[in-house]
Amino acid sequence: MRYNKLFNSLKERNQLAYIPFLLLGDPTEELSLKLIDTLVKNGADALELGFAFSDPVADGPVIQAASLRPLTNGFYVDAGFKLISQVRAKYPDLPIGILTYANLVFAPGIEQFYDKAARSGVDSVLIADCPVEERDLFSAAARNCSIDTVYIAPPDAGPSSLELIANYSQGYTYVLSRKGITGTENSQQETGTDLIEQLKQLQAPPLVQGFGISKPEHVLQAAEAGVDGIITGSAIVNLINEHYNTPDKMLDLVADYAKTMSDAAHNARHQLKMVHTIEKGSNYVDSGNNQTAAAGNGTAS
Amino acid sequence: MNQKVNAPTQFEFDGAYIGQFGGQFVPQLLMPALQQLNKAFEASLVDNDFQTELKRLLKEYAGRPTPVTECTSYARINQSRIFLKREDLLHGGAHKTNQVLAQALLAKKMGKHRIIAETGAGQHGVATALACALLGLKATIYMGKKDCDRQAPNVFRMQLMGAEVIPVDNGSASLKDAINESLRDWASSYETTHYLLGTVAGPAPFPKMVRTFQKIIGEEAKQQMKELIGQLPDAVIACVGGGSNAIGIFADFIKDEQVRLIGVEPAGKGLDTNAHGATLLKGHEGILHGARTYVMQDKEGQVQESHSVSAGLDYPAVGPEHVHLMTSGRAEYVSVTDEEALEAFQELSKSEGIIPALESSHALAYAKKLAAESTEPLNILVNLSGRGDKDLAHVMSILNSSN
Repeated sequence: MRYNKLFNSLKERNQLAYIPFLLLGDPTEELSLKLIDTLVKNGADALELGFAFSDPVADGPVIQAASLRPLTNGFYVDAGFKLISQVRAKYPDLPIGILTYANLVFAPGIEQFYDKAARSGVDSVLIADCPVEERDLFSAAARNCSIDTVYIAPPDAGPSSLELIANYSQGYTYVLSRKGITGTENSQQETGTDLIEQLKQLQAPPLVQGFGISKPEHVLQAAEAGVDGIITGSAIVNLINEHYNTPDKMLDLVADYAKTMSDAAHNARHQLKMVHTIEKGSNYVDSGNNQTAAAGNGTAS
Repeated sequence: MNQKVNAPTQFEFDGAYIGQFGGQFVPQLLMPALQQLNKAFEASLVDNDFQTELKRLLKEYAGRPTPVTECTSYARINQSRIFLKREDLLHGGAHKTNQVLAQALLAKKMGKHRIIAETGAGQHGVATALACALLGLKATIYMGKKDCDRQAPNVFRMQLMGAEVIPVDNGSASLKDAINESLRDWASSYETTHYLLGTVAGPAPFPKMVRTFQKIIGEEAKQQMKELIGQLPDAVIACVGGGSNAIGIFADFIKDEQVRLIGVEPAGKGLDTNAHGATLLKGHEGILHGARTYVMQDKEGQVQESHSVSAGLDYPAVGPEHVHLMTSGRAEYVSVTDEEALEAFQELSKSEGIIPALESSHALAYAKKLAAESTEPLNILVNLSGRGDKDLAHVMSILNSSN
């Protein structure tokens, strides 16, 4: 529900959502909370929070390096959920998504994982190495705990995969800008309006673009392509990698960066003189229909 | 066997799964690449030209069939007889070449001109390098930094044959990290690049595909045993890291219920220490590198580092089919320590004039134990999956430091 409310209110303001990514417990538990405060203060509309994993195959060097800090500190999944509970208590309306890897969900027991997620106030879970084709292993537990499951729509997905992604993704749809792994080295955008259009046609939940988005001009490109929000990950994590030994400086730099990107997200459509048209199949206008479609698959959020 | 084999299909893959193990737990992004590969693989099974070309390469280039050699004195205890399936004589020095040639041909069929591969001991890397040299493909091999050091001759071999070797220094700097790096490369390169995975692990179709292209080991060995002793062996023994040589020799015997199938995991410095690689014996069900399988991990799911004196067995997961063979009771899994493997390494060299790979030495060590424990004479078939030349410097330094 928090995602719905967020995207509807952004729609009224003709703005894109700005969703930054952070690794939980990085660089420390205390600073992790301060970083989250900084992001929210500087315009974050929702959060995407990652659990550090020993084998992050979808991540590039920046997030790999960062993952070592929580892992070395023994800051694992349970510690992460505790931290999220604190964030939830502070920001009751903020949508909070988890980004994780399948083994971290599987190992403690799938039901227990989603139960803990629900109790700590999580809205959605995205498993980086669980494609929609393997959804059965996790979907019942997620549904029982009323947790949204987010799927990724990559540039080369075939029509049948796209249909599944549009049908089963809840809360929002994570649209990949390009192939590859997370990181800012390659910011080339490959996702054409084709993929975006197809997802809209299929009435996928709001489209949030990520991978390689690190600068305001990338946000403009994403807005032009027609997405509803953007995610930045490695750019912020990179600031943490470089400055975690000087926390005040790190927090200042993250504040500046978040402000720049949230401004870009919130102003992009105005800058491009785009207006939301009321059209059939629009994921905003027809969010009611979208809910119905999702409910038809037994996946109501 | 603890359990009766129910149906002939119980040990076949059903889609991406064998039993409840396997699957395709990869980023959504890689699904089109896996789907394309699966299609090409299934088509190759009924493609006569493909099969003819593969057979020709296996015979004329790789040197199949490999012989079965009976040991003259190694482990001749209680009148048991030990037979070695000589994959060490295959071109490249290990069983890896069998399936690498097949996958390289598939890559060409799919129009891909670049190959990436991970390697532990370097044997899969060497096999990939030679196949790419032969077929005119560009090879990039990811190898853990730690493994590059302990398997230096294989690094040079790969480079001689034109492959680029990229040392992987993150994580445990070993086989699992080389697989991570290969998957990351593939996520942006799959349009032009085939990921030539080296074992029966990973996402579907790799476990089934690698099994299919390795099962020739067991098919030949079965025939050869019939010719040599007029019957099937009592036990078939192979070492298990990811598990491709074991699946290769087991596959054709699975339906012969009277034949014991025994996989030998690396116990490293001991199963009661943290320094081993016995995933099936000491790990728990989990998801790693695309498959639902057994994984050495802590209770929150962080993957632990494995250890083995042999780089090729140093892997904290295992092919999903082995989990199925174990949980269904069809195969048994045991373990052998570094020390026992090193002993077998020396003993086979001395008694038979055959220097086995450290990986295969685990299987040899267990064959000896089995013969010693048996009250009746046994016919034991051991997969001698590779030769030990690559291990000479490593073993020499271990033996020198312990003297």
